[in-house]
Amino acid sequence: MSAVVEFRAACYRIGTREILKNLTLSVAAGETLVLLGRSGSGKTTALKMVNGLLFPSAGEVLVDGTATTAWDPVRLKRRIGYVIQEVGLFPHYTVAGNIGLVPQLEHWDEPRIAARVDALLREVGLAPEQFGARYPSQLSGGQRQRVGVARALAADPSVLLFDEPFGAADPVTRLELQKQFLALRRELGKTAIFVTHDVREALLLATRIALLRDGALEELATPRKLMQSAGQEARAFLACLDWSADTL
Amino acid sequence: MNLAFTSEIGQLTLEHLTLVLVSMAVAIALALPAGILITRRDAWRPWVLGFANVVQTVPSLALFGFLIPVPLIGGIGKRTAIVALVLYALLPILRNTLAGILGVDSAVRESAIAMGMTGGQLLWRVELPLAARTILAGIRVATVSTIGTATIAAAIGGGGLGVFIFRGIASVDTAQILAGAVPAACIALAADGALGLIERRWRTP
Repeated sequence: MSAVVEFRAACYRIGTREILKNLTLSVAAGETLVLLGRSGSGKTTALKMVNGLLFPSAGEVLVDGTATTAWDPVRLKRRIGYVIQEVGLFPHYTVAGNIGLVPQLEHWDEPRIAARVDALLREVGLAPEQFGARYPSQLSGGQRQRVGVARALAADPSVLLFDEPFGAADPVTRLELQKQFLALRRELGKTAIFVTHDVREALLLATRIALLRDGALEELATPRKLMQSAGQEARAFLACLDWSADTL
Repeated sequence: MNLAFTSEIGQLTLEHLTLVLVSMAVAIALALPAGILITRRDAWRPWVLGFANVVQTVPSLALFGFLIPVPLIGGIGKRTAIVALVLYALLPILRNTLAGILGVDSAVRESAIAMGMTGGQLLWRVELPLAARTILAGIRVATVSTIGTATIAAAIGGGGLGVFIFRGIASVDTAQILAGAVPAACIALAADGALGLIERRWRTP
């Protein structure tokens, strides 16, 4: 399997503070790599290095074999989908306008954009005739996040980046969104990098989990392997799973 | 009221409107791009805002006076008056352009950049449409105050409804003062109403 995204000794510093230390990691086509860690562990920083929102202070990050610094910044971003917790839908565009924006920037013709928007809305479980003409302010939080996912998929990107996308959703909605994510992955087989601090979510969605601590890669394992890890940070996260059950 | 005013009212109102329209057009043409620029260049922000602020603190009558001896833009007449009115109108437009653009939700801006929008696309498709209401509010404030301040143009030979007011003050003739002040107030109210209407239309759904 070829690496779609590859971190090679990537570091990120702000002044003397090291946010990310020597991250070496490769993400294969079709896998979902989850970056798991506490707040401030450097997981979001690592994610933003993939689509060139940040560049490594040392080392490099390769996308499709080319360093992000060598990519045309606009081309790089257009082929990578990006979903964030706050969603960031454009409030002055309809749902259809939001989803169709990247295809429009890519100069697709109108009928093709309309067909793509309809297909994507169905894909994320929203009826196009009901939701296409709505504005983001007329949607619930869960619906907004679905539109955010559809927008990220619009121009058929080769990689998808998720930054705690479901973190603000209520637990019931979150589970729905997670199931949707798994269904989409089965169907589309996209490569994804997913940032979360929720160990349950990591175990549920990942093909592999990269556990970060203070900017360094602590462990890299499949969910099953991580469950059996004796590592201190892994145990700390796994303890979150059964603590509530134990105390009750 | 002396009927001799009536023909003069029409002419001076027209002059007044011309002063305001030309000044506002120039002020928008300067302050809007400058406001956008200082959202991109943090280091220039205090200087540009500082300049507009200082101009605003100069008493208007004094500002008109200061400009008279300045070569090229100064002298007696309409041109000097327009320069002074433009300087006065800069601050509200500048400040609201800055506030409007910086007020765009950072998640929205980050999404736009991450989608691969170029700088121009970010500005025209996201920032300006979302800041439009705030910018328009700044233009509205500037327009209404320019209509009032333009009455002082008469003091340096710039014409407009201020001619009545200054003449009325000199001859202690309340009717003449009112002949200048009432139409100026009416123009200000009309402009405020019209721009307010446009502003409300620009509502984000």
